[in-house]
Amino acid sequence: MFVPCERGGGSASSDFKGFTLLMPAVSVGNVGQLAIDLVISTLDMTKVGYFYTDCLVPMVGNNPYATAEENSVELSINAEVYSLPSKKLVVLQIRSPFIKNKYRPFCQTLLSWVKSSKCARVILLSSSHAYQRDDEQLLGTPLRYLITPDLEKAVGGLMQELNWKEMEKVAAYPGINDTEKVLHIPGGGITKLLFTESCSKGIQMAVLLKFCSEGDNIPDAFALVNYLNEWLQLIKSEVNTSSQWKIPSSWRLLFGNGLPPALF
Amino acid sequence: REIDVLWTLKSGASTESSADEPFVCSKFIVAIGHNAVAFLSSFILDSVCWEVVGVVKLWNEWCRTSNTTNVLPTDSFCLFYRLISDPTVLLCQCSCYVAEDQQFQWLEKVFGCMRKEGLQVTILSTCPVADYKTQESTLTLPSPFLKALKTKEFKEQVCCPLLEQPNIVRDLPAAVLSYCQVWQIPAVLYQCYTDVIKLDTVTIEAFKPLLSSKILKSLVKDVSESTKILKKLLTTSETHNNIYI
Repeated sequence: MFVPCERGGGSASSDFKGFTLLMPAVSVGNVGQLAIDLVISTLDMTKVGYFYTDCLVPMVGNNPYATAEENSVELSINAEVYSLPSKKLVVLQIRSPFIKNKYRPFCQTLLSWVKSSKCARVILLSSSHAYQRDDEQLLGTPLRYLITPDLEKAVGGLMQELNWKEMEKVAAYPGINDTEKVLHIPGGGITKLLFTESCSKGIQMAVLLKFCSEGDNIPDAFALVNYLNEWLQLIKSEVNTSSQWKIPSSWRLLFGNGLPPALF
Repeated sequence: REIDVLWTLKSGASTESSADEPFVCSKFIVAIGHNAVAFLSSFILDSVCWEVVGVVKLWNEWCRTSNTTNVLPTDSFCLFYRLISDPTVLLCQCSCYVAEDQQFQWLEKVFGCMRKEGLQVTILSTCPVADYKTQESTLTLPSPFLKALKTKEFKEQVCCPLLEQPNIVRDLPAAVLSYCQVWQIPAVLYQCYTDVIKLDTVTIEAFKPLLSSKILKSLVKDVSESTKILKKLLTTSETHNNIYI
């Protein structure tokens, strides 16, 4: 459930009517989550609430977007909501994995919150295993999109204008029966579930994903966030857009501590 | 995997957590892990000033809690004590591992029984120093050392430096602190980074700066008592370790 930071008084900070909800799927390489970190850090978004749930593994730490001594002592938990009213953007960041058997309850809670807070649409940033691509997918761009029928009606041919590639469906029974096609997003976590649930509930949702593998996923995060920027225009896109995104301070030491001098 | 919290708040009668009215609690001190538990046993708890008021029954792949209240320091248990002279002071010794699918239940069943107005929470726990992320190597760090994390509402002094980014805290200590942050309860977590996994006096004594904190100052026992208990604690645990002697 959504719990606002500021209790009582104006609920202005938790009025998301007409906003776009941007959120990550906990997926291969954590690319969606890294991309969201870039968005929150670059746009200097304000934390407006927590998503209190029993579906995610608990974790706490000090402010991951700290820029100075003063703002480094605010506690952050595993699921928080940030907003930027000037761009009608609300962002949910998820920082830990799902607890076993909790995928479906989380999707249900999330989608009912989307409906009750009257968000206009949801954009899910995700990723999928690069090794599962077929021959055709190995060529060209590794970025894909998916949109629910309700969003298709709203944004029309925008995806064609942007020259984006839709996520291909795969055969349900490869080798045996190639005519029946289904959506398959290996390594995408809750992506497929959220997408199919949104389709059936009439929610306007778009999924933006990148094919990638586990490793140093920072370049993948930049690629995904630039892809998102082509549509939402969150920051001015110039020739070298990767330098426009601000890396948060919590990305330090992603690959471990310093080495012991005695090693050498 | 259900966990059960059994309270014996009214003398004699044992009641299920759901049946009772929420009780008033001003201070809730939670020790998670063997060393934190041993610290409270040596420096705060005794059988004269404190009484057992609750027990948690759970099991998972790592442990099963014992049924008795007369526990050894190396057992797995989760007990609640109340200060007889001030029944709003509650203390929890949790030396069993609470699995990730049980942590939320623990929170709801324990905090569900208390009134949150005027509540202040203190959490003590330990963690391997190898998990500590820093620019230098952890080999050269003088461990054990204490780091703290506090919720927005906690306005008092902390007894040690705050935990720097990008370090995080997990498991039950994180669950309790998250709960307090979301529901605006002043709370502080003192995490001791140590390189010893078992019960160890050096790790236990690393918590000593907390004895001068506002929350624990009034609850500290006689120092000579503490050293006696510490010695006893370690001899009971060592008898299990002399297999090669």
